[in-house]
Amino acid sequence: MEAITYEAPRTLDEAYAVMGNGKRTAVLAGGTDIIVQLREGRKSADQVLDVKHIAEMVSHSFAADGSLDIGAATPCVDLYEDAEVVKRLPGLIDAASLIGGIQIQGRASLGGNICNAGPAADSAPILIALGAILKIGSKAGTREIPVSELFAGPSRNSLQAGELLLQVRIPAQPANSNASYLRFIPRNEMDIAVCSSGVSLGLGADGNINHARISIGASAPTPLFVEAAGASLIGKAPTKENFTAAGEICSAAVSPIDDMRGSVAQRRHLAKVLTVRALEGALKRVQETR
Amino acid sequence: MARTQVQTTINGVDVDFLCEPRQSLLEVLRDELTLTGAKEGCNNGNCGACSVILDGRLVNSCCVLGVELEGRSLETIEGLAQGDTLHPLQTAFLEEAALQCGICTPGFILASKALLDAEPDADTGRIRHWLAGNLCRCTGYDKIIHAVEKARDQMKESKV
Repeated sequence: MEAITYEAPRTLDEAYAVMGNGKRTAVLAGGTDIIVQLREGRKSADQVLDVKHIAEMVSHSFAADGSLDIGAATPCVDLYEDAEVVKRLPGLIDAASLIGGIQIQGRASLGGNICNAGPAADSAPILIALGAILKIGSKAGTREIPVSELFAGPSRNSLQAGELLLQVRIPAQPANSNASYLRFIPRNEMDIAVCSSGVSLGLGADGNINHARISIGASAPTPLFVEAAGASLIGKAPTKENFTAAGEICSAAVSPIDDMRGSVAQRRHLAKVLTVRALEGALKRVQETR
Repeated sequence: MARTQVQTTINGVDVDFLCEPRQSLLEVLRDELTLTGAKEGCNNGNCGACSVILDGRLVNSCCVLGVELEGRSLETIEGLAQGDTLHPLQTAFLEEAALQCGICTPGFILASKALLDAEPDADTGRIRHWLAGNLCRCTGYDKIIHAVEKARDQMKESKV
């Protein structure tokens, strides 16, 4: 690794001052991507800004309106060891509990996972399905964007110079809805998704679908929000036939590549199959918690 | 390059050291502190050979900067045995022949310790799942799992 300096500010104002000091900054949350990238020369920086000493970056809490605010550097383990998060947002836990192994989950954060902007990032599809909103800060103030707008391309995020991802907010979910995330990997654990699907599904009083958001990972340059697939389900019964039709929309929407992990045809097929299964999983959760 | 002073606790002992900010915790342990129990396998967070327990959490020391240790508490494989008395996991690994080359062993033992400290009743499925972040390229996993099960049973017995 090239020589760097290390800054560990206690407040956001101090962090913005560090980011504005003219040096090239690498933000350090869990470090499971950035430290390896710096060491392998895939990224370079003059200074590392460790944001884990800023209290709001490493804490999470439910707000009065039922939304969950997650500090961008909060490790995955803090989420899946919180019984309230597990109960209220099992779909989020699907992803948080399978990003890497235990060693990775003790450090890796949702904020880091999405800022790293890998097309296969496990947290991205479920955050899109849950309609997550990102709070981004800079010396000039804060702004909010839907999580899907963070992904600018493979390993490229849309943050501007001097901007820091502060918080991932999961809005209160519709009544009688739930979510699920599934990925396909060749082994049982610890691998990068060949394809993945995150879904959120809600039922109305008549038993028909009144809410559906579907996102596919690892099958396009960025995690993909397939709005049309969710829209196709509105007003329909939660049947395998309707789920399959939504899965087929996902299959058509993706633009995967052939690589060592999978082929274009396999990924298109997986986009459908995983979506159907994730919808079935979300439906089961709705039925169980009703 | 300027070296930074870091004050920390390693295996219950207060330790002061100097390191460069670019050095990983693994490099600091091995090259600055002569604690060579943590091994460099992949050096990119995949193999778990460098596993250590940082403030009670199992982490890969290759994915932590040494300077991050300031004010924290670290457990390494060197802290497991009490004098000549091995930890039940160490004994079980020997008795079950759960190692060949030994490179992955400190990581497996620390990972297993982190699990059994948190979940003394962890079943076989849980042990296998938990150890997914530790790779072994020679022994295979069955003997390792058997050793962890044996240590689990012994640790439970000795607590009764």
